[in-house]
Amino acid sequence: MRHRIDPKIVEKVVFGFLLIVSMLILIPILWVFLITLKNGLSVITWDFLTTSPTMNAGGGIYPAIIGTLLLVVGTVIVSLPIGLGAAIYLSEYSAKNLLTRIIRIGIVSLAGIPSIVYGLFGFAFFVIFLGQFLPIDWRKSLLAGSLTLALMVLPVVITASREALEAVPEHFREVSLSLGATKWQTIRYAVLPHALPGILTGTILGIGRAAGETAPIIFIASAWLARLPNIGNYYIFSGFMALPTYLYSTFANVGKYIENPNTPYGIALVLMILVFIITLPAILIRAKLRRGRKW
Amino acid sequence: MDKYLMDTAALEPVAQIKIKTTNLDLFYGDFQALINVNMEIAANKITALIGPSGCGKSTLLRVFNRMNDLIEECQVTGTVLIDDQDIYLPGTDLIDLRKKVGMVFQRPNPFPLSIYENIVFGLKVHGLARKSELDYHVEQSLKEVMLWDKLKDKLHRNALSLTLEQQQRLCIARLLPVKPDIILMDEPCSSLDPVSTQRVEELMKVLKEEYTIVIVTHNMAQAARVSEEAGFMLLGQLVEFGRTSQIFTTPKDKRTEDYITGRYG
Repeated sequence: MRHRIDPKIVEKVVFGFLLIVSMLILIPILWVFLITLKNGLSVITWDFLTTSPTMNAGGGIYPAIIGTLLLVVGTVIVSLPIGLGAAIYLSEYSAKNLLTRIIRIGIVSLAGIPSIVYGLFGFAFFVIFLGQFLPIDWRKSLLAGSLTLALMVLPVVITASREALEAVPEHFREVSLSLGATKWQTIRYAVLPHALPGILTGTILGIGRAAGETAPIIFIASAWLARLPNIGNYYIFSGFMALPTYLYSTFANVGKYIENPNTPYGIALVLMILVFIITLPAILIRAKLRRGRKW
Repeated sequence: MDKYLMDTAALEPVAQIKIKTTNLDLFYGDFQALINVNMEIAANKITALIGPSGCGKSTLLRVFNRMNDLIEECQVTGTVLIDDQDIYLPGTDLIDLRKKVGMVFQRPNPFPLSIYENIVFGLKVHGLARKSELDYHVEQSLKEVMLWDKLKDKLHRNALSLTLEQQQRLCIARLLPVKPDIILMDEPCSSLDPVSTQRVEELMKVLKEEYTIVIVTHNMAQAARVSEEAGFMLLGQLVEFGRTSQIFTTPKDKRTEDYITGRYG
């Protein structure tokens, strides 16, 4: 009889290995968080959060916080209706034909485009091309930034919405139709209400992720702007600062003319907290959903 | 009591015909699921469709409210008259048809909403929103399915917290506010225990006073208990159709006899 390793020992070795691998995942997370906290916390003061930047990345980051928040709002406003509409079409209406296949491939491709390419496209299309048709000087505006980000999160919104719609059991639709509802009434009354938490969760998570993206808006957001998006005069057509791009420009200049080398960490910490706050509703909805779902 | 009713049925004047199919064929793509079905379903009676799995009885049921339309490549030829109206004519209003012909499904399938919201679903879809009217319909519908006394204080509980039998009654109640004439039941008791089944059967006998009921069932004993007329289907054909007592005691067709005596099925 051949010698076999005691299965109990194998069990212990395998278990130990899996545990170590799992712990390895925690290390970078903790590291990122702790280093950011350690270096960034000293930077964060009330003034840092509520005043505009001065020369050489002194002063605060107030315009960048507001810029990122407005950017997120703009992205939601643009991407949610389009993404949800496309998801409803694809999951409820579309026939299995060539057009549908092309649309689906398009969505997958959209998700595969590198974010910096979105940045370049956004600049070329929304800022330069569309800018020339507008009466006002529509340059590197909040609107251009929102449209670019919206384009980038669209696949996420569509996929999340489709999954949520397709998770609604088929018999909800059958019952509704058998009661004389039209297809749209069925979607409106028997499908959407049950898919909505899932749609919102997926959308918010996707957009929370996009809020921290630098590349798509790096050619559009201002590196340095000592004022808020000019809400008074131009609304969404004014230039803006955003946290990720400001983080990039300060970090790129540390050692040259940045006063405080810890400033990028402070910005990073604020950005992380902001993204957490933005995604918090999604986390809460999802937790509630897990407890409440019964079908 | 029922036996007595059945025995005298032959003496009654000819019943009003609610549904009439003529030379009905139905295809799923190349597959013919219904072959030349000719039948007349009488108003205010319970008509059972029996037969082995895959014989087309559920398909036939779904012809009457055109739920088969949802299946791609489903094609129907021949005529189906409901109250002398051909429901397959182009331009038929599916909304009106389905309001008139309600359906109860195999598994109790209330929405994961409150009992109240389940019953008013149809009304809300069709644009009725006044609270007093909704309240009225909830009470009436629950009374008709004999759930009102039990549930009147729990109307805002989730319908999924009810027993399966109550859920199935609720699904019947959900049909009533849109005022159907005909109720189609697709094996409505197949997920219920015998006692619940018996109670739902009793409810059916009450409901037939006001509605025409067509029930698909696997359960031969159930067909014998509740229905006044029955059709035996096999491989897409309506082999035999007649009074239930006759089908079960003196079937004309050998295949019917073989099935009801349990030689296959």
